[in-house]
Amino acid sequence: MSTGGPTAQIPVVEERSTSAPRPRRHGGSARAREDRRTGYLLITPTAVIVFTMVVLPILWTISLAFQQVRLLNLRTAGFLGDYSLENFRDVLTSPGFVDALITTLIYSVGGTTCAVGLGLLAALALRKPFRGRGLVRACMLLPYVAPVVAATFVWTTILNPQFGIANHYLTTLVGVDEPIAFLSSAENLSPFGINLHVSTALFSVVMFEAWRSFPFAFLFLTARMQAIPESLEEAATVDGATPTQRFRYIVLPQLLPTIAVLTVLRFIWTFNNFDDIYLLTGGGAGTQVVAVRVYDYLINRGDIGAAAAMALVLAAILAVLVGTYLKFFGRQEEVA
Amino acid sequence: MSTTLSRDQIERRVLDFLRPAFIVFLLVITVFPFYYMVMLSFVPLDAVLQDPGALYPHLGDLNLGTYRDVLAPTDDGGQGFLNFMKNSFLVAMGTVVLTLAVSIPGAYAVSRLEFFGRRQVSAVFLGVYFFPAILLAIPLFVFFTRIEQRGTLTGLLVVYVAQVAAVSIYMLRNYFDTIPASIEESAAMDGCTRIQAMRHISLPLALPAIVSNALFIWMIAWNEFLFALLFLVEDRDRWTVSLGLSQLAGSIEVPTTVLMAGAVILTLPIVVMFFLSERWLAGGLTAGAEKG
Repeated sequence: MSTGGPTAQIPVVEERSTSAPRPRRHGGSARAREDRRTGYLLITPTAVIVFTMVVLPILWTISLAFQQVRLLNLRTAGFLGDYSLENFRDVLTSPGFVDALITTLIYSVGGTTCAVGLGLLAALALRKPFRGRGLVRACMLLPYVAPVVAATFVWTTILNPQFGIANHYLTTLVGVDEPIAFLSSAENLSPFGINLHVSTALFSVVMFEAWRSFPFAFLFLTARMQAIPESLEEAATVDGATPTQRFRYIVLPQLLPTIAVLTVLRFIWTFNNFDDIYLLTGGGAGTQVVAVRVYDYLINRGDIGAAAAMALVLAAILAVLVGTYLKFFGRQEEVA
Repeated sequence: MSTTLSRDQIERRVLDFLRPAFIVFLLVITVFPFYYMVMLSFVPLDAVLQDPGALYPHLGDLNLGTYRDVLAPTDDGGQGFLNFMKNSFLVAMGTVVLTLAVSIPGAYAVSRLEFFGRRQVSAVFLGVYFFPAILLAIPLFVFFTRIEQRGTLTGLLVVYVAQVAAVSIYMLRNYFDTIPASIEESAAMDGCTRIQAMRHISLPLALPAIVSNALFIWMIAWNEFLFALLFLVEDRDRWTVSLGLSQLAGSIEVPTTVLMAGAVILTLPIVVMFFLSERWLAGGLTAGAEKG
């Protein structure tokens, strides 16, 4: 099934080149026709690999989600089978699914907000030139380029309750009574007695996400800031605007479109994120996001159909959220 | 007037203090974890357990034993990271070569040539970038299990190429767009075909973008974790560095400092490449920023 698909896909692409829209009777249509043919020729390898390895798999996921497929009866699974909605019913009503969804939302909203906020502050702080700024800027990007496995490993060591350096100084210098199990404590945070329904571990992974992704926001906002004409701020300074006023009325409005785009991008990526949480907590202690749950269904339970159904639900929710966001903020973005 | 001025002065004073303090804070959070990683990779575990708060290693503790332990093959009592490095390197190199082989012509076509469906093609490709990896992971896992290619580096490589080809095309297209078409048109006047014009004129001009793109792809492939986990976890001989480190991180038998040496080995190529090519890469990373 799946091997037949890709080869069936190629003629579609090539067919278009022969049955392409009739060449408009412009001058140089021979050249235009040659361009079209070359165009299809050049794009075909990418088209084939993307269709076979991305588009078809997505379609296949949809098909799998409606079938009872398990790792054990994998051999018989194909595109066609007994379709039913059972997987969706099982997934949506399974205990912990709603919790995983809420956790995913908290994680992606919190992670996105903190990452963009920290990135903005960093870009502002490094705006004025000083000696060694280039090096400092390069250092800012370290968390983003470092391999996720190395970054999570070093943080789990730093936060380790037994010999981690963070807990060592928290207990000796800050005076915390007991080492904090940053990544394995399911206890809810309750600053000033208000229960936030966010476990310590979830808070830690959100902070990790902020640490790891703020360079992305920093990079884009720095680039955008360089495009703001200096004369604007100089004029405002002459008119007596204080630094915060200049930020509020001149710099921030210019950055808003970039911030809006960054927020969407970061939200999408955080929402889909699997690696960070899997590596930091394994999904334990109130940090099980949907992506980690999908993995658990796929590998540990071997329930491919249910995993596919859940992944589809995840993608659908994401599409709705992003669509809504774009609907409400897309227009503002154009104005700003 | 005087009140505004004083507010201005107060703000300036506060910011003059806050800004350097914040920069120091940023440097600590970005650099310290990596410093700590390197530091722990050179000391035996006992030293860490005895003095968990040490901010610098005691000279007497420093040794390279951790690196020997982590690199040596399992037969010699090591962790076999040298083999993992070989696997990671092969996959990353293969991904770069194959991706560029398909994405350079593709990007050129999308940028230069009018053909039916050109806009749709680039939209679909970009959409791929935002798709949940875990959703793709399920059918690919099933598919490669079925054709019995799961567990091979080649299978992983093909998946990587499919994942990054779209982004690669997108980044390269933006660069091709900046090369004036008139240069090629004059070549066409001289009788060059499209392919010749592309090879002899646009490609050399796009070389900086291609190099930065290659580095970008290499880093993605070297860092990748999810698909490596799904595809290769059963066979230790095929583990990549990322996978190896993540798998051994949970075990009690391997000392943390030995694994820290593994983390340095995993991170070092990326950081070196990054600093060497910072200018190029910053351009590469922001290439998607201004969609225009």
